[in-house]
Amino acid sequence: MIAELGLAALWLAAALAVLQLVAGALALTPRGAGMAGVVRPVAMVQGVLALIAFAALILLFCQTDLSVKLVAMNSHSAKPFIYKLAGTWGNHEGSMLLWVTVMGLAGGFVALVERRLPEPTMLATLAGQAFVSIGFYVFLLFASNPFERLPQPVVEGQGLNPLLQDIGLAFHPPTLYLGYVGLSIAFSFAIGALVTREVGPAFARAMRPWVMGAWIFLTVGITAGSYWAYYELGWGGWWFWDPVENASLMPWLAATALLHSASVLAARNALRAWTVMLGVVAFSMSMVGTFLVRSGILTSVHAFAVDPKRGSFILALLAINIGGALILFALRAATVTEGERFTVTSRESALVFNNVMLSGALGIVLMGTLYPLLAEAFGAKVSVGPPYFNPMTALFALPMLVVMAIGPLLNWRRDRFARVRARLIVPALLAGAVLLWLGLSSGIGLLPLLGLGLAAGLVPASLMPLRGRNLRRTPLPVWGMVVAHLGVAVALFGMACDSAYTVERLVAVRIGDKTEVGPLTVTLKSIEPVAGPNWTALEGEMLAAYLGGEPVALRPQARSFWAPPQQTSESALLTRWNGQLYAVLGEQAQDGRWQLRLWWKPFVTMIWLGGLMIALGGVIALIGRVVSDLRRLIARDKIAYRRERQGR
Amino acid sequence: MSDTAAKAPRWAIWLPLALFAGFFVLVMFGLLRPASHDVQSAMIGKPLPPFNLAPASADRPGLARTDFAGKPRLMNVFASWCVPCAAETPVLAELAKRGVEIDGIAIRDRPQDLALFLARNGNPYARIGADNVREVQLAIGSSGVPESFVIDGKGTIRYQHIGEIRPDQIDMILGKLAEAAK
Repeated sequence: MIAELGLAALWLAAALAVLQLVAGALALTPRGAGMAGVVRPVAMVQGVLALIAFAALILLFCQTDLSVKLVAMNSHSAKPFIYKLAGTWGNHEGSMLLWVTVMGLAGGFVALVERRLPEPTMLATLAGQAFVSIGFYVFLLFASNPFERLPQPVVEGQGLNPLLQDIGLAFHPPTLYLGYVGLSIAFSFAIGALVTREVGPAFARAMRPWVMGAWIFLTVGITAGSYWAYYELGWGGWWFWDPVENASLMPWLAATALLHSASVLAARNALRAWTVMLGVVAFSMSMVGTFLVRSGILTSVHAFAVDPKRGSFILALLAINIGGALILFALRAATVTEGERFTVTSRESALVFNNVMLSGALGIVLMGTLYPLLAEAFGAKVSVGPPYFNPMTALFALPMLVVMAIGPLLNWRRDRFARVRARLIVPALLAGAVLLWLGLSSGIGLLPLLGLGLAAGLVPASLMPLRGRNLRRTPLPVWGMVVAHLGVAVALFGMACDSAYTVERLVAVRIGDKTEVGPLTVTLKSIEPVAGPNWTALEGEMLAAYLGGEPVALRPQARSFWAPPQQTSESALLTRWNGQLYAVLGEQAQDGRWQLRLWWKPFVTMIWLGGLMIALGGVIALIGRVVSDLRRLIARDKIAYRRERQGR
Repeated sequence: MSDTAAKAPRWAIWLPLALFAGFFVLVMFGLLRPASHDVQSAMIGKPLPPFNLAPASADRPGLARTDFAGKPRLMNVFASWCVPCAAETPVLAELAKRGVEIDGIAIRDRPQDLALFLARNGNPYARIGADNVREVQLAIGSSGVPESFVIDGKGTIRYQHIGEIRPDQIDMILGKLAEAAK
């Protein structure tokens, strides 16, 4: 019953998306102007119906209804409740349903609250959103129906991939999806603005909060995903340049560029065509990323759901959506009039540089991700890894970060470098001192060295925009920028420290043996079997003492799941303010000794702390923008009210 | 003095579309290329490890390493709780009808569940061993269910098939068995 209800809601939502597209398009013509009133309510109801369908699927998973194929394939009655819930989106069909749900809700929400755009642009935007949604509805209903029943119910479900049975990961996909799919709003805004040729500050101001919201989720999602890969995969690394990771990084790079260029457009009415193109590119990257992950076209360590037929379908959607948008862009961009001018030394220029560098990094990541495919076309099997990605992205990231220190200090339109020189002395001296000191004293690699020096300079530099300001009166968006830029410095510091100073030990020990790793002494106390709700494990107990201090217990596990059968290693972490001990329990050798893999990673947690700070900066800026928008609305209402009273 | 986007040459506006077209062609090629997703098993060419599994079903004997002598046999790793295993049963029945001797290893199964599964889907197995702690499954390099192994008359693993055997793969499996008989 619930499955049929969900399916019905999905069909209705799809039908309303068609209505939204047709009504929106007709309303733009002189004869169809009467349709204009329909579009916004339809968009809202469509969002609600999609939500009902998704809620129905959640309910089916929570009840472990084994007559539904998707539940039988991906869930198991013995699974803890939280993972039954997470099973809803831990598979292809469920995650696609989540995709259209977020698209529908985002469109409905825009229809509900967005009042700044001219009405024709708004109608074109909602029609564009519906157009993209329809493709995904068709995909769901005809090629991956999540509510399909089995001819006869099975006795027991197959379970969820054990790697995914982790509390962090349970909420990782929805967060990323809110980011990925939230960018569809930027895409639709860009389409709407291109259709009506209304590209200007109003368009940028209207689009910015939506991009910011999606970007915050994306930032949190990537940060959480990186931490998950770090502790769950048991390899001790925090970024693997895996296609799935790149798939989430590429939209983030595009969205970051978009945020910055949108602020130029909002403040100065420049970079019009460029901002519109980034709006198209950001969501295109989300779709490309999803396609790369879902189609299994690239070999990835975490390709969970692959099927070439689905790949062809998503590729067709990509061709229609992205190809169509880019054709529209090419036809219309030339007619989007030239924006305001600015000089080389100005905040605009710094932001243009930022945009070029971010786009360059995006190109590098995209090329590295696709290169194996290109090589395969010529008969060679290659895999592209850190030796390519690290230096190539650094090539773009490092100059960009230097400009990030200077740009916020510059004035709009025209400035002199001499004016801001005084404020850059402290950061420059600090960076130089660290570079000199570390460069001469220790033999660390070039990239970590540059990273540490740059981080040292960036910390004071990102605080500089606050100097000379009344802190209480500083607008929230400025605070947001400062916090986010500081977060970049903190994350950079963590990354550089991790790659420069990590100590790794691979040892075979007996119970009672001591091992030194960095400043820590680790003693293996015992190995005991333990049992969980749907797994059994060998658990090692170790005591770790920091510089001979009080020992702390760690318990890494080697787990065997039985539904589906798979083995995972649960690493154990000891977190201190200045670093983390990372312990993995390996196999037992013939002679009875246990393999242990131990890492001491100084300041590695700064990577994720920095990531969260970047997201927090976004939240602060978003709150600032929303509050000032609300104030403006209230003021406008008051004026209108007064006028009305005076008119009487 | 400098204005960026608007000053770009006209052709630059078509550049994103051209790049996307390139991406599309590349990916189309990738999708259409014949799939070479065969996993080369590390166990191929190696002898089965010694094992002796108790019967999993009342009407079939258990399975031991010593049973693999004489004719090549198909060893199917399955479980009653696995949906693809149920989907695979008609194919196994077809193989059995064509004279293939199939042995089963039931992974972490309960006798009553297994009996129900065999009653519902048919029983193509000559022997079924109960592997309740996955010892044999892990020892032969199998990580999931269903998987099938072609074992020759000397007890050597000749082929490992990951996932269910589909109807269009019957001839391929028969070919592997014939090859193993040489």
